[in-house]
Amino acid sequence: MAINVIGAGLAGLSAASTLAETGVFVNLISLKSPYRAQSVLAEGGINAALDTMGEGDAPAEHFADTIRGGVFLSDPDAVRGLTDNAPHIVEKLLEMGTALNTKDGKAVLRNFGGQKKKRTAFSKSSTGKIIMTGLTDLARKYEAGGLIKTFFHHQVTHIDIQDKKCKGVRFFDVYTNKEYYSPGPVILAIGGYNGIFPEMTTGTVYNTGDLLADLFDEGLVLSNLEFIQYHPTTVGIPGKRLLISEAARGEGGRLFIYKDGTPWYFMEELYPDLKNLSPRDVISREMTKAVSRDDTGDTVYLDLTGISPDTWKGKLSDLREEVIYYMDLDPVKDHIPVTPGIHFFMGGIYVDKDHRTSAEGLYAAGECASQYHGANRLGGNSMLGAIYGGSVAAGAAIRDAVMEKDIKTDPEETGIVGKEFLSERKVNADTAFLIRDILLSGLGIIRNKEDMEEALGRLSELFQREDLTGAEKKRIQLGRAMLLCALLRKESRGAHFRTDHPERNDEDFRKTTVARITDGSIDISFEDIKEVML
Amino acid sequence: MRFLIDIERRRDPKDKPYIQSFIYETEDRGHTVATALTWLNSIRDLKDTEGNSAEPIEWDRNCLQKKCGACAMVINGKPGLACDKRLFDLGARITLSPLKKFPKVRDLLVDRSIMEKNLVKMRVWMEGNASHYESVKDITYDASRCLQCGCCLEICPNFYDEGDFTGMAAAVGASRVLMEMGREEGREAYRTYERSFYKGCGKSLACRNICPAKIDIDRTLSGSNAVAVWKRHIKK
Ligand SMILES: Cc1cc2nc3c(=O)[nH]c(=O)nc-3n(C[C@H](O)[C@H](O)[C@H](O)COP(=O)(O)OP(=O)(O)OC[C@H]3O[C@@H](n4cnc5c(N)ncnc54)[C@H](O)[C@@H]3O)c2cc1C
Ligand code: SF4
Ligand code: SF4
Ligand code: FES
Repeated sequence: MAINVIGAGLAGLSAASTLAETGVFVNLISLKSPYRAQSVLAEGGINAALDTMGEGDAPAEHFADTIRGGVFLSDPDAVRGLTDNAPHIVEKLLEMGTALNTKDGKAVLRNFGGQKKKRTAFSKSSTGKIIMTGLTDLARKYEAGGLIKTFFHHQVTHIDIQDKKCKGVRFFDVYTNKEYYSPGPVILAIGGYNGIFPEMTTGTVYNTGDLLADLFDEGLVLSNLEFIQYHPTTVGIPGKRLLISEAARGEGGRLFIYKDGTPWYFMEELYPDLKNLSPRDVISREMTKAVSRDDTGDTVYLDLTGISPDTWKGKLSDLREEVIYYMDLDPVKDHIPVTPGIHFFMGGIYVDKDHRTSAEGLYAAGECASQYHGANRLGGNSMLGAIYGGSVAAGAAIRDAVMEKDIKTDPEETGIVGKEFLSERKVNADTAFLIRDILLSGLGIIRNKEDMEEALGRLSELFQREDLTGAEKKRIQLGRAMLLCALLRKESRGAHFRTDHPERNDEDFRKTTVARITDGSIDISFEDIKEVML
Repeated sequence: MRFLIDIERRRDPKDKPYIQSFIYETEDRGHTVATALTWLNSIRDLKDTEGNSAEPIEWDRNCLQKKCGACAMVINGKPGLACDKRLFDLGARITLSPLKKFPKVRDLLVDRSIMEKNLVKMRVWMEGNASHYESVKDITYDASRCLQCGCCLEICPNFYDEGDFTGMAAAVGASRVLMEMGREEGREAYRTYERSFYKGCGKSLACRNICPAKIDIDRTLSGSNAVAVWKRHIKK
């Protein structure tokens, strides 16, 4: 038997290689080859308390910063594993020849948001691409050795769950429309659900969230869906939001707005401790407030003019090229107008610390899973979470499975998917934009009850429309669940800020929000989280 | 401005291709071929310039910011990324066709699986630990940026889909690992590089200026040739 890994981003590649390393056969099934995964877009870096910069950093501090950054909603046991293992993960990447910035063979680290010490290993501003190249090489080695079989350009359409047990996975070749069924355990590494907000995120087109919506519809438990990360520094380019990496602020960039005609570096004044490197939710909120004041302009600028020529050349040359190409501005001398944009989903598939989902034999890792980042993810923790999580999920799958190691069954061809099947799975662009706009009206940076209720009402109305495809209906259900999670969390925490409940309320809401569909209706509840002492 | 876009289309690999034309209007100088294709496909009842209904246009993309290599196609006769080519730079009449070196799937979609197979054939992975010589860092970083888009293969006189010659896309990948690997561990990979790339490459460097990632092909090859073919030692 083989274990099926779905998705070929950082999490999928990490899971597949970990399995192959122990001699387990893998079917690596992905709509896109690793070169096209959203993971290649990651820019600023990956966190690990390697302490190569002589600041006395330690995994315990990384742990504390992650818990604080996530405002105490992360699973402490999972985060402990993440932060303890981070140094080893980055060292292994270096051994593999990954072209991270180094000095005397050791990783150079930079400052990143929500953390006071230099802890973020990087490769200029192309860290995701460079690490993906290394992990793709590793998976290729196992592919050549016959342990990994790749099914790229194959789309998963159904996870076969019966009596809360995962039996296998159904998928088809998008080039030939041939359909296959592969029995056995499944590790989901399908990325975030950017596609729910078409053209409004920094991510990729094909991380549509439709498989997540399918799974929700099938009864799989999801969690923390209200927590959506708005990255403070993005700019609109055709078809999407372009990220200006946090690395720009890590290397000395500053945010300002004109107040009474002169630059006001508001983050430095309001947050003298972490300043421009405060957690992303804090900055995005302050930016939103800053532009709505009477005495300020309506644009926040990123000022990178103080960065030294050496830093530009050695650490940010790619970022500079990007800004020049897309904005016709040279950040060495020009200020960049920026606005917050949707960047990351803290919520997703509910998993335990070993990445088991609510269905036996089904695991989830990477951005599609939810447990490390709580109410707000720290920059640099997501690549780490994807790589580490992929390997933990693989470990759990090996431990749980009753497997005959040496016998491998190939996926079985089951027919050809027809036109009707494909059109039922389509979300038409006009419907997608409609759902997006409704969700945005309720799930912005600053939220309130009225807006969320109105958005829910509009989604319910839309749900009644008779011309909807199956996929459109499921997307609406997922959207409703996101809104309901937000509405029922009557407090403000991390990325979830409500004007009608501006305070944090630990007593009632230091809890995981849990969403599931039972008997056709969406059920939201709150689940306790283990105590944590910092 | 009004752009007339002629697209080479087919519904099936075996079909005879036909040209279908569409109009796209914009004043935004940032709009690319990708913007136009996305917009055309967002229309429920898409019509061509003659008023005939048209099926959505199939093409590959994902990042829309020149970083994933998915959207490579032939644009006004030259291979390039749809999300990189701005309409105003291309002129009022634009032709789009699929990359011709790869098996066709539908419309602008082609099957580039051979590129993955060639990376396996070229043994593009590390054996043993990396050397980490700072002297090769720039080259390995640069080569790690390869998008596997296939533009260099499209333009190469010696590459074809079922041939033995792997072309530049695999050589760029190989160059990284060749330079990071120890002599012993690299032996097999050196041989493959020489056989499957070095001997077949005419060194005309027709591929030099086409790379959308602007990888410095000369520098990359001089590094991997030195190690794998001339067996030179890398200086720390
Ligand atoms: C612009 C940008 C910059 C970032 N910068 C950083 C950073 O500096 N540091 C950091 O830590 N994080 C960063 N992140 C976040 C981080 O990159 C991602 O969270 C992480 O890479 C996600 O990896 P993943 O493996 O979970 O998913 P992805 O890389 O998104 O991979 C998902 C995979 O699933 C496949 N898939 C999806 N649906 C299906 C289906 N139905 N069937 C088959 N396959 C499917 C896709 O083809 C893909 O291969 C950034 C993100 C963006 C967008
Ligand atoms: S130098 Fe010429 S023959 Fe060699 S890979 Fe480039 S285009 Fe092909
Ligand atoms: S070398 Fe350049 S042109 Fe060739 S596949 Fe890589 S990115 Fe594309
Ligand atoms: S869509 Fe990724 S390179 Fe064009």
